[in-house]
Amino acid sequence: MKILTGNDLRSGAVTWWNGTGWSLFVDDAVDVGEEAEEILAREEAARRVNAPYACQATIDAAGHVRPAHIKDRVRALGPTVRRDLAVPTAQKTGWDWVI
Amino acid sequence: MYRYDSYDQAMVDARVAEFRDQARRRLEGKLTEDQFKPLRLTNGLYLQLHAYMLRVAIPYGTLDSRQMAMLATIADKYDRGYGHFTTRQNIQYNWIKLEDCADALADLATVEMHAIQTSGNCIRNISSDHFAGAAADEVVDPRPYAELMRQWSSFHPEFTYLPRKFKIAVIASEKDRAAMRLHDIGVRIVKRDGEVGAQFYAGGGMGRTPMVAPLIRDFVPIDQFITYAEACLRVYNRYGRRDNKYKARIKILVHELGAAEYIRQVEEEFAHLLSVGVEPPREELARIAEYFALPPFRHPSESWDLEQLQSKVAGDPSFRWDDGFGQWVRQNTHPHKAPGYVSAVISLKPAGGIPGDATSDQMRVVARLAKEYSFDELRVMHTQNLLLPHVRIADLPAVWAALDAAGLGSANMDTIEDIIACPGLDYCSLANARSIPLAQRISERFAQSGRTELVGELKLKISGCINACGHHHAGHIGILGVDKKGKENFQLSLGGSEAEDVSLAKITGPGFDEDGVIAAVETVTEVYLASRTEGERFLDTYRRIGMEPFKEALYG
Repeated sequence: MKILTGNDLRSGAVTWWNGTGWSLFVDDAVDVGEEAEEILAREEAARRVNAPYACQATIDAAGHVRPAHIKDRVRALGPTVRRDLAVPTAQKTGWDWVI
Repeated sequence: MYRYDSYDQAMVDARVAEFRDQARRRLEGKLTEDQFKPLRLTNGLYLQLHAYMLRVAIPYGTLDSRQMAMLATIADKYDRGYGHFTTRQNIQYNWIKLEDCADALADLATVEMHAIQTSGNCIRNISSDHFAGAAADEVVDPRPYAELMRQWSSFHPEFTYLPRKFKIAVIASEKDRAAMRLHDIGVRIVKRDGEVGAQFYAGGGMGRTPMVAPLIRDFVPIDQFITYAEACLRVYNRYGRRDNKYKARIKILVHELGAAEYIRQVEEEFAHLLSVGVEPPREELARIAEYFALPPFRHPSESWDLEQLQSKVAGDPSFRWDDGFGQWVRQNTHPHKAPGYVSAVISLKPAGGIPGDATSDQMRVVARLAKEYSFDELRVMHTQNLLLPHVRIADLPAVWAALDAAGLGSANMDTIEDIIACPGLDYCSLANARSIPLAQRISERFAQSGRTELVGELKLKISGCINACGHHHAGHIGILGVDKKGKENFQLSLGGSEAEDVSLAKITGPGFDEDGVIAAVETVTEVYLASRTEGERFLDTYRRIGMEPFKEALYG
């Protein structure tokens, strides 16, 4: 599947396109298929996201969205060396899938 | 240390106001990211993996207690309670919000600090010897010359859009503690027949094409020092490549022209500039130098030497000489020019910790110690540690006790635990692999096994990508993280040095996974321990026996 990610303009926080807006949680990301370019152009023009891009992902057996590239997996949860600063989903999904 | 005059303060305040307006327009949607990006980068604001990152300049690594206290305040007020000290003697905050950034810069300006020219294709923060002004072996204090260069290079209209970023280091001793020859320009202040002058090296650097800078001028009279630097920059600005960012650093120009031709062109430009008269007046250098006058050290009769210290603490279980305190004194202090004093290194490398990170509470402890015990002076070291430059030997027990209580008492300077590591894939958008976890696991492993002291001086440096922010080319052991089909992979290299015996490390062979490269580090240290002769460091043994015994042990 193809998902969209970027950073929040004000805070810089990592965000994921959930179909109607931008979520802090990777599990909210939706498959955008062929609409990626159109959504990216529209959202960036509206200043609702900073430096957005499309990336590949899969959905695991438990229904969690898992970005394909290691860089996007690290972005999804936060620095692996400061798990105390991770986004809250890390407490639920664990870290073993990131690296 | 240098204090801003009204011009300095006005320039910094004006820049804060300008950036506040730019950030407001970006947040209001009046600027696109393409328009805003060069503006924020000029003010040290990057967009990293998880958030904006603000890089604050610490000129030649020198700061005082009120500045360090403000860095702690910034960490608490606008970030997440910590900061990361870098290999350019700066500090980075990893979680700054765009909407807060101008306020953070305004707070910094109240203590004469800023983030100007910490990014972009301009002359970056001038770095120097962290022992400057204190080292027993320096010819003069290099900081007045570094400060003059800072003032010359700040907002220099001709050098705002160079082909690529430009890094300068200024030292003043035979020993190189600033990786001087791995800079775009390296300057060594020297004395010849009593006259102070500058030795210039140009075209060094790390990154994807590491090069050691050749000597381009053995002696420039000090009253022509800025003029010569201007000539070096002018030739680079005119002929440095702008068509390919990977070929745009001055090292490529010097390499492609050849050092002799580059020197010829610089000399020609230098002669022209001498006729124009661009050198600041000598009085300005004298004015700056006054700020760097030696502090009022106590008379030697009032201070102890290290032997006296040892006898004074004998029998006190809190300050054992064979362990803890004594080990810290032996490992983390450096000879001072004033009798009865040393420079004391504050390690930001606890075993298993993140190299260069300090909490706001730790910064406040360090600020207090600087005020009480080091004439209100502090330094940031390019090794990602901090330094109290002027500590009475008699005060070392009190200083160490406070540091140890704050988790800052590790006795590991220049050992295998004193690892330089870039932020890597845990924070950096350019990285291919994580650096910090490797540093944590290696330091922890050597600390737990008790082999750190046995191995002795061993400089291990880790970069998470080819840009080499972790200086892996200059490591006695270097590690470079790469992306191998979506997985982290690590290349091991041996034999680098950023000191006066500068050399570039060579790759051992095929890379390793994370566990594999940690085992490989252990293997090469075992080869060293089995092969070394009396007094040989790892680097000395490598240079004597060559790569083959290490390769044989690693790959069979």
